[in-house]
Amino acid sequence: MNVLTSLFSVLSSARGPRELPTPPAPGQVALEASELRVTLGGRAVLDGVGIQVRTGEVVALVGPNGAGKSTLLAALAGDAAAASGTVRIDERPLADRPASELALRRAVLPQQAALSFPFPVEEVVRMGRAPWAGTVREGEDDAVVAEAMAATEVAGFARRPFDALSGGERARVALARVLAQRAPVLLLDEPTAALDLRHQELVLRICRERARAGDAVVVVLHDLGLAAAYADRIAVLHEGRLAAEGPPREVLTEELIGRVYRQPVDVLPHPGTGSPLVVPRRHP
Amino acid sequence: MTATTEAPEATAPPEPERPKPGRSTPFLLTVVLLAALVLLALLSAGLGAYHIALGDVLGSVRHRAGLGGHGLDRVGESVLWNVRLPRVALALLVGASLGCAGALMQGVFGNPLAEPGVIGISAGAAAGAVGSITLGLSFFGNWTITFCAFTAGLATVLVVYAMSRSGGRTEVVALILTGIAVNAFAGALIGLFIFFADNAQISQITFWQLGSLAQATWPKVLAVLPCAVAGLAVAPLYARRLDLLALGERPARHLGVDVERLRMVLVLVVALLTAAAVAVAGIITFVGLLVPHLLRMAAGPGHRFLVPGSAIGGAVVLMAGDLAARTVAAPAELPLGVLTALFGSPFFFWLLRRTRRTQGGWA
Repeated sequence: MNVLTSLFSVLSSARGPRELPTPPAPGQVALEASELRVTLGGRAVLDGVGIQVRTGEVVALVGPNGAGKSTLLAALAGDAAAASGTVRIDERPLADRPASELALRRAVLPQQAALSFPFPVEEVVRMGRAPWAGTVREGEDDAVVAEAMAATEVAGFARRPFDALSGGERARVALARVLAQRAPVLLLDEPTAALDLRHQELVLRICRERARAGDAVVVVLHDLGLAAAYADRIAVLHEGRLAAEGPPREVLTEELIGRVYRQPVDVLPHPGTGSPLVVPRRHP
Repeated sequence: MTATTEAPEATAPPEPERPKPGRSTPFLLTVVLLAALVLLALLSAGLGAYHIALGDVLGSVRHRAGLGGHGLDRVGESVLWNVRLPRVALALLVGASLGCAGALMQGVFGNPLAEPGVIGISAGAAAGAVGSITLGLSFFGNWTITFCAFTAGLATVLVVYAMSRSGGRTEVVALILTGIAVNAFAGALIGLFIFFADNAQISQITFWQLGSLAQATWPKVLAVLPCAVAGLAVAPLYARRLDLLALGERPARHLGVDVERLRMVLVLVVALLTAAAVAVAGIITFVGLLVPHLLRMAAGPGHRFLVPGSAIGGAVVLMAGDLAARTVAAPAELPLGVLTALFGSPFFFWLLRRTRRTQGGWA
């Protein structure tokens, strides 16, 4: 078996070490969409959306159900084809790069983590290292995998099969896999949806840490409080268009949130940090 | 002995602790399977109406390889080299092809119930083969039946794939129902070809349809060798990408896999392997289902072991099956396809029940 495996790995890496991209400089635009229009079944789900994400920042995509958050993320990831407009990653249009090159530049966390076969957790996380196979960074695999599992607190069940985990545990394993990919652009679709309070905070702290380390992070969130506390900028989507974009204090206003979500809210400053807290107006 | 084992321990730095009992399982399984394969090959070569002792088998093989040993008498030599060994070789090729095709198929469909026989690819390939017998085609000489089986098998895989997928995944119900439809259509085609066949062709078709290795000859081995070897050689190269495909199509693409190309190549490989098996041995079902499944339970779902492991395991199962088919009811011979279906069907039934339970009903 070992002989077979090593023979196969020699065969499949016979192309030699590939050229690796240089990570984008701090503050540089890592990901950019301009005049993006995406249609589904003839209906424009996104129209005229432009957004820039720089290295070192966390950008939250928020908006009501059906506003186009996930579609925007899919378009940024290269999954949803743009009817018009372009998405550029690392200064070149997405469509110009093959999947193997994109994988070195961006990692994507899907909304739902599925697995056809019961791989153990550690192997799932290790799948995140696949883009680096046959490159000089292959040697980092063990350390990176261990680090990603520790950061997401999944090391405790590293040997359990994926399908024996709870929804929240699966979500964290999927995040660990995405972190292990070590791509300079992270696209996360509702990473906190299945998580408890503690792990929601954990995930967004990880986002901040990745940004501090020089990654560009785009995260779809439902919880405006989390977005306000952790994002550098918030992009509010409304009916396929960008309703507002900017730092949390500028974007999260009673007028805008009330209009976009069709739910009156109060926006209060946090007593400690001063970051905006969004509270729905409830009639007793 | 103790000195040689202790010496490196004293000088070598302490090995990094690897508390992974699962790590050695694939290696152990490979050794066991290969040992079983050699043992079964020797048994198959010796056992039968004309008994050849184990030592004589080895002796004759060594004799022919020019490594000493001794030849047998004229009858023994002829039985061994013209009857038994081609059959052993054919069982090896067919079993390896079926096992490997099953593992690949399950990986491509992301569904543990996918198998060439169950979802109708064997039947499709069989329809191609029967058609070529009835129409008396011989444009590729010895390879004609294999070629027709391959073409029909490939068309069938593509149809099944297109029909059973929606939204990037294959649901169990869609897959099984597609299989029923394809099996029915291929069955109708086979019936039609039989209707138009003459008596000699009919007996050839019927015999072959039951699934049997009884008419093994060296030319038959040669007829399927290219297909089987090509498929078996290419398959393991895609093992790592199959692992990633288990995450789903989009995540696999995010990790750098060219999913479209991967699928096309593997569908071709599955068609090659299925055609190789069907062209010589008829429809032998459930080997591709049973073997990968058992290996997955024993050594985990990683395709780097599963794909080559299923090939070896398939060869073991088929060789054991063939040995049983021609010895349990001796001097009569059971059709091999009937035997594998007899054992495979209950297993399939159990697998269906289990899938249903884990999915909480049918999707």
